[in-house]
Amino acid sequence: MNMEKKWADLSWEEKREERFKRWLGPDVTFSSPEAEKLYKERVTRFIKAIKLEEPDRVPVILPAGNIPAYLAGGNLKTVMYDYDELRRAWLKFLHEFEMDTFIGPGLVFPGKVLETIDFKLEKWPGHGLADDIESYQFVESEYVKAEEYDKLIKDPSDFWLRTFMPRAMGACKAFEKLPQLTAFIGIPVFYLAYFADPEIQAAYKKLMDAGVETMKWMEVVNDVSRQSIEAGLPSFWGGMSGAPFDMIGDMLRGTHGIMMDMFQRPDKLHEAMERMVPIAIDEAVAGANASGCPIIVMPLHKGTGGFMSNKQYETFYWPTFKKILLGLIDEGLVPMPFAEGNYESRLEIIKDMPRSSMIWWFEHMDMAKAKKILGNTACIAGNVPVTALCTSTPQDVKERCRKLIEVCAPGGGYILTGGATMDRGNPDNLRAVMEAAKEYGVYKR
Amino acid sequence: MSGDLVNLLADLKDKEVLELVKQRLDAGEDPLKILEDSRKGMEIVGKRFADDEYFLPELVFSGELLKQVTELVKPHLKQAVETKKLGKVVIGTVAGDIHDIGLNIVIFMLDVNGFEVYNLGVDVPAEAFVNKVKETGAPILGLSGFLTPAFEAMKETVEAIEAAGIRDKVKIMIGGGQLDEDISKYAKADAYGKNAMAAVALAKGWVGAK
Repeated sequence: MNMEKKWADLSWEEKREERFKRWLGPDVTFSSPEAEKLYKERVTRFIKAIKLEEPDRVPVILPAGNIPAYLAGGNLKTVMYDYDELRRAWLKFLHEFEMDTFIGPGLVFPGKVLETIDFKLEKWPGHGLADDIESYQFVESEYVKAEEYDKLIKDPSDFWLRTFMPRAMGACKAFEKLPQLTAFIGIPVFYLAYFADPEIQAAYKKLMDAGVETMKWMEVVNDVSRQSIEAGLPSFWGGMSGAPFDMIGDMLRGTHGIMMDMFQRPDKLHEAMERMVPIAIDEAVAGANASGCPIIVMPLHKGTGGFMSNKQYETFYWPTFKKILLGLIDEGLVPMPFAEGNYESRLEIIKDMPRSSMIWWFEHMDMAKAKKILGNTACIAGNVPVTALCTSTPQDVKERCRKLIEVCAPGGGYILTGGATMDRGNPDNLRAVMEAAKEYGVYKR
Repeated sequence: MSGDLVNLLADLKDKEVLELVKQRLDAGEDPLKILEDSRKGMEIVGKRFADDEYFLPELVFSGELLKQVTELVKPHLKQAVETKKLGKVVIGTVAGDIHDIGLNIVIFMLDVNGFEVYNLGVDVPAEAFVNKVKETGAPILGLSGFLTPAFEAMKETVEAIEAAGIRDKVKIMIGGGQLDEDISKYAKADAYGKNAMAAVALAKGWVGAK
């Protein structure tokens, strides 16, 4: 870290260079000099693409979701509950596929932990979904009522503990009974009595148990990540964030609720979203500091084209989302929103960002149009259709990649990947993506 | 007066709409006429949605508004409402997928365009689709799906329709987040609809309506 100038005094580009340096030189012992060389080449390939420069060739994020579980003979359920299997499956994938970056199993959540806390916001295979389903799915609902915005606005932490946790986690239902825990006046004796409540004690005990179980899972996740870096494969998943409109719409109010709020209490909605901004930035920074990778993945949901008008997007979605993007950039991080659905109608809005400060990953998108409008601003990534990845042939996938490279690669600023990730299907379709990059994506010197 | 309700509803003027409905009920007007105006208002909402003037928030809000109007009118209704429908559509999100935002948009649009919609909800097993199509005799089946598990589930649902011997009696359309034409072919459906307007156009085509 640059000690001559204080962190806060550095420009965002200088901070980013510091983070890139750390990404380029991780604190591991590489398995061989060759692995180290490949690691640096790969990270450099991505950094150049982010900076809108031409790398040696088009970098690839293999669009592999939970497919390692299936290729190892199991399924999502088996690896959610058996961490040794999780390790085996992901390491097998690591050694059998050629890639530029390896996505570790950090998004395969530990089933036992979710069960222990009785998590209400997701269904997963064997728990609300059939055993062989390859993804967990979000359970949307109006967990928080319209009149509860004020609690969130007043004190997000208190809201989280006493209002949201009891509803999102069955194990924490008793937290409803907790008093406000900020005793700024005097010695905090009286509220300690609440911790004698057997239900509250039981809830904390469940959280402690879940914590211990989470550590078992994290050891595996960290071990796989370390092994992948040692083998020369960088991470591209440094932390996570999102847009405040989605945080409230997905988790708290539901689609129906938040869309009613746009009409009935827009001011509260705006205020609540503003409250989320610094919290979300801090969370992403902490993630990136821990991982050493500066890329912040941001799955976007409810601002997609067709869901709201450009005017609504500019009024409700973009302003606080942009604040988070700028906040992350200012910390030297590289936001990578994954724009679910079709973002074509938003291109003119989202191009208003500092040059080469971020990556836009698109699902459905006319990539020629994206290149034309965003090409001078942001690195773009995408978008081999997940339908083709899951159901088509390697030849077809390769041809689609060739066309994408032809359109998006010139001048740099392009990462080849899927429109979404593949959980099941022909693994040769993944190999075809890498083959295409090597065959068609080399930049002439 | 009646024209007002149609436009007020279409313009989502909630307070004015509810006030006017109360006034008209108090004046002893036929509640069926109020419902007919509301239907026309919702038809305009649907049209504006199709024209990219309205989006999901407006659909949600107008749906809530209509619910409130119906609540007001209900106690005054002496006979059941009978409207002529273009045709029946059985619809739902296929097994293994619990998403319904897109599904609800399509249902809204089919409904305001005059279809009788049987919504089976989410995570619907293939047999449930088969049974409902048999029971209602619906000539159209809509399969919704958001994530990749839907690819297989749609294929299996179409196969179940075949196995039940009713494939020639029902047209099947699919749609949703990660789907495209390729999955329509893969699942052997009759068509893929890119959005709710496409679903309405397909359904109208199949029942021979304009």
